[in-house]
Amino acid sequence: MSDTVQPCTSRGAGDFCLTCLLTSAGLLAAVIASFAYLDIDFSALFSRESASGMGDFVASFFPPEAAPAFLQKTAHGALQTFATAAVGTLFAALLGVFFALPAAGRMGEAPRQLARFALNVLRSVPELVWATLMVLAAGLGPFAGTLALALHTIGVLGRLFAEAIENVPSTAELSLRQAGSGSAVAFLYGTLPLVWPQFIAYSLYRLEMNIRMAAVLGFVGAGGLGQMLYFHLSIFQQAEAATVLIAMLLLVLAVDAASNLLRGRLAT
Amino acid sequence: MSSGQLAAEPSDFVVRDPEARRRLGTTLIALVILWPLLQLAEFRPAVLFEAGNLKVMTGFLAGFFPPERGPEFLGLLFKATLETLAIATAGIALALLIAVPLAIIGTRALSISSIGPGPDRWRGNVVRVACRALLTVLRAIPEIVWALMFVRVLGLGPAAGVLALAITYGGMLGKVYTEILESTDTRPARALLQGGSGRITALVYGLIPNAAQELTSYTVYRWECAVRASVIMGFVGAGGLGQLMDQSMKMLNGGEASAILLMFLALVVLADALSSALRKALA
Repeated sequence: MSDTVQPCTSRGAGDFCLTCLLTSAGLLAAVIASFAYLDIDFSALFSRESASGMGDFVASFFPPEAAPAFLQKTAHGALQTFATAAVGTLFAALLGVFFALPAAGRMGEAPRQLARFALNVLRSVPELVWATLMVLAAGLGPFAGTLALALHTIGVLGRLFAEAIENVPSTAELSLRQAGSGSAVAFLYGTLPLVWPQFIAYSLYRLEMNIRMAAVLGFVGAGGLGQMLYFHLSIFQQAEAATVLIAMLLLVLAVDAASNLLRGRLAT
Repeated sequence: MSSGQLAAEPSDFVVRDPEARRRLGTTLIALVILWPLLQLAEFRPAVLFEAGNLKVMTGFLAGFFPPERGPEFLGLLFKATLETLAIATAGIALALLIAVPLAIIGTRALSISSIGPGPDRWRGNVVRVACRALLTVLRAIPEIVWALMFVRVLGLGPAAGVLALAITYGGMLGKVYTEILESTDTRPARALLQGGSGRITALVYGLIPNAAQELTSYTVYRWECAVRASVIMGFVGAGGLGQLMDQSMKMLNGGEASAILLMFLALVVLADALSSALRKALA
């Protein structure tokens, strides 16, 4: 298209850019078409009665339930969410390494393509979809959430690990091989120490994301805080739901703070 | 140790790990931490191979092939896909309504008070900090939680998804916009502000020309994420492909589930391609 129309980047201040204009018009049309297709009644949304309905709904969350027994249950839910994320990430990291080795092309071309395909499939199915499948396979509860997180995270970490292995200089491993060591030992002592810090950093980053995700996976029955929130909202116990929401928020904030701290520590 | 030594006395060569004790200690500590976590996560792989679970799962997976191709279902699938795209687009459009004003108010790049010490300096800072805090609150709760709540108020359907996207993505876009505006060359805007121009003029002539590409490319990238998020939100009843997938999975209809999964993958690839094409066109 740049043959006939001047590219936008090189035009002067007052020049006319047909591509930009057409793209903008197309975007505007897409937005209008979207609203028209969805046919949301925004006037009803902001009408007096729905506003008061919304107000009542919000007011019903206060005050949050603070009975010690329920707080204990919420704390257990939060711990369970954390455990789901931690165990899921740990297993994903271990299995990710197993996928990363063939995916980095260390075992020939065919295994490489196969491993890459497997990782792509694992990664492109979202955690929540894995969770609905795993609830069928393993029953309701945090184990299904752990499996779902692990499956998706293997796809993500496996690819990142494979890239890390590919990008690291191979001189150390090569010299070990040339000195006569076996391939496994050469990898363990030549390449692994170089990629190890990256593996840890990627895994921690995924752990952070997985804790957020684990809090939500419960919506489809995979345990933890999400399942509590879904349950209490379904039976219209908004006060209990408010407590769970606060716990979720605290968990996310705590994880953010902890990972910031850890990252600062690792960077120095 | 040199290789000469090795060749001379191979029998003296003992494999010894100088880090052995530390490694053993770390492993033990890790196991002690791991054990309660495994208990909490109810980690019991044996459940996977129980006869009942295995039967349900294999039956469901066997249904995956071939994917459902009935014209009635395909029509439904097509409609749900369009709905997902529309939710993402409308959600981003509403998110922009939240993000743009907050970004303009919240960015330090357009601060007049920071030019020099003035009497009302604290007021500008208070407004900016409040603005940032609001953006943080908006994006702190995941969109699917918002969607779950909106479904209770507005009923099943795309409205809940659009509003949930608007709130979280408004927060995210607003935060990133302020950062982009502050990280580009702010000297033109500052020169304009010092010359006495208004904030909007300084934004349009001083900042946008430098930052436009980054701003649009981030917005388009967020749209791509919104497509994925709107599928996910369907699982709590916010319309689109996700809702259809949830229904098929609850009815254990493997053929429909696999058709929807394939559609979802195609949609993600399409959104990816469309977003990179858009970024190129708007660059």
